Amino acid sequence: MSAQAYRPGWMEKPKPVTQAGKAVALTAVVLLVCVPFLVIVSTSLASQREVVANGGWVLWPEHPTLKAYRDILDGGIVTHALGVSAGVTFVGTLLSLACTVTLAYALSRPGATGGRPVLLLVLFTFLFPPGMIPNFLLVKELGLLDSYGSLVLPVLVNVFNLVVLRGFFQGIPEELYEAARLDGAGDLRVLWSIVLPLSKAALAVVGLFYAVAYWNSWFYASLYLESDHWPLQQVLRTYVVAGSGLTDQTLGDGTVNAPQTVQMAVLVIATVPILAVYPFLQKYFTKGVLTGAVKS
Amino acid sequence: MAAMGVRNDRKGFQRRAAPAGRGRALILLMLPGLAYFLVFHYGALLGNVIAFKEYVPFDGLWGSPWVGLGNFQRMFGDAEFWDAVLNTVWIALLQLVFYFPVPLALALLLHSLTRSTVRRFVQSVAYLPHFISWVIVVALFQQVLGDTGMLNGYLGDAGLHTVDIIGNPDAFRPLVVAQVIWKDAGWGTIIFLAALTQVDEQRYEAAAIDGAGPWRRFWHVTLPAIRPVVVLLLIMRLGDILSVGFEQMLLQRDAVGPQAAEVIDTFVYFRGIVGGDYGYAAAAGLCKGLIGALLVYVANKVAHRLGEQGVYA
Repeated sequence: MSAQAYRPGWMEKPKPVTQAGKAVALTAVVLLVCVPFLVIVSTSLASQREVVANGGWVLWPEHPTLKAYRDILDGGIVTHALGVSAGVTFVGTLLSLACTVTLAYALSRPGATGGRPVLLLVLFTFLFPPGMIPNFLLVKELGLLDSYGSLVLPVLVNVFNLVVLRGFFQGIPEELYEAARLDGAGDLRVLWSIVLPLSKAALAVVGLFYAVAYWNSWFYASLYLESDHWPLQQVLRTYVVAGSGLTDQTLGDGTVNAPQTVQMAVLVIATVPILAVYPFLQKYFTKGVLTGAVKS
Repeated sequence: MAAMGVRNDRKGFQRRAAPAGRGRALILLMLPGLAYFLVFHYGALLGNVIAFKEYVPFDGLWGSPWVGLGNFQRMFGDAEFWDAVLNTVWIALLQLVFYFPVPLALALLLHSLTRSTVRRFVQSVAYLPHFISWVIVVALFQQVLGDTGMLNGYLGDAGLHTVDIIGNPDAFRPLVVAQVIWKDAGWGTIIFLAALTQVDEQRYEAAAIDGAGPWRRFWHVTLPAIRPVVVLLLIMRLGDILSVGFEQMLLQRDAVGPQAAEVIDTFVYFRGIVGGDYGYAAAAGLCKGLIGALLVYVANKVAHRLGEQGVYA
């Protein structure tokens, strides 16, 4: 599709009032999303004095400085939490993708032994999740408390992602499967050499969903982990949202409360990975990867 | 054996045999995912027996004494539980009325744009907040609407009254709905946009030739085309109506107090995990789950009656 405006012949030219109204609405949407991000990035880059003088926030720093970032990345809680978050996200996403792809593929093949009951078994969990307390007790009984496994294993396969992938695999033309099978390829070979290369868009989207979920998760960490194993979001929650002091172990300068600039720097660090991968993946969202699942 | 040679299936048709080992490979592929669901969903589901017990840490889940429906009886007489239920239903209804139409309206607006570069840019920006964690969303709202935030900074500079939004129990419900709109309204447009692009162009053209203006085309072509999607989303929302953003509530409960922010999920969390009263909390959680499943079932039935597709057949 070209960047040119496309208007079908039967459609009236909109009135100027309508067009102005649309422009205002669209600008409002863009500003409402972008301004909060601008505020945290600007505040994190400003000097503490400037932030205090302006009453706690800055829209555009006069003298940008990276001091806040240097302070928090200089070892200490935030640096450690960043490592934990990155590790859990990486390992978790790989494990989740592997288990989701294999199950989705098996369930997408007609005539797989036990396919129907397994599919029903899986879909039922969508209708009736077990609940918080039974989950907690299970993790405890399995001895997963205070291990990173407690952040990954209980949420290993997401039913929605599974349904998306299954729908996508089902959309691959049956002739390709037939041809591969005539060439003597078994199911594993078909998955690896035919299905996966054709499903890059779906894998990217589902992978992103998993990675974002692992990166953003904090509740399970607060539930299962001791504070010295916390990932970044839980650190952020404790020190920025709940407002407990951040400084003792991280900055070592003895101030009771973390300066606003440091808090905002933590916030930015927690957001940046999402902003960094987003542009590469968002193009897939409109490609019908998700809508296939909606119809099935 | 069944995988070898030609065999007849139940209806007597001949079916070409799959290559040897085919069935086994698929079962093998199924195993890790299936094991996950069996352990962490069905295993956990079994743990709901605790709702009928009095949890004694020393005896564990299986050794604790049975109390029958005692936990449920206690629940019905617990004013704090009913406060949580009331809060949940209130917030859910407000979201239904004020959040639900926003993605639909935004999708219609985006779909009406004829310039695809503008549309794609706004779409990209609007989807983004969906991927931001609740921790960050709450922090962003504090930074913009809080006591020392941007809004009050501007109001103060202009010599106007500052507004008390964050941490004010009276403002909590609108705040929560606003946060949900900010985070998910853009993302929510995806499904409506997909439905809108599937409408046959010729219908619009035929309607236009018959003299239908934009409003009549919207009413008679667009709306009927997206009605199944709207119904589907309403049903799914209904099943979820007793879960109103657990993380969102938990993050802000300290700031506004349980009076305003206690919902069923946070009630379960504080009674069970914080308070150690597992049996009682699990009973409350189980009730919530059962009502949710029941609501989906009923809503789906109603949808079928009305001639809609619904979520499942």
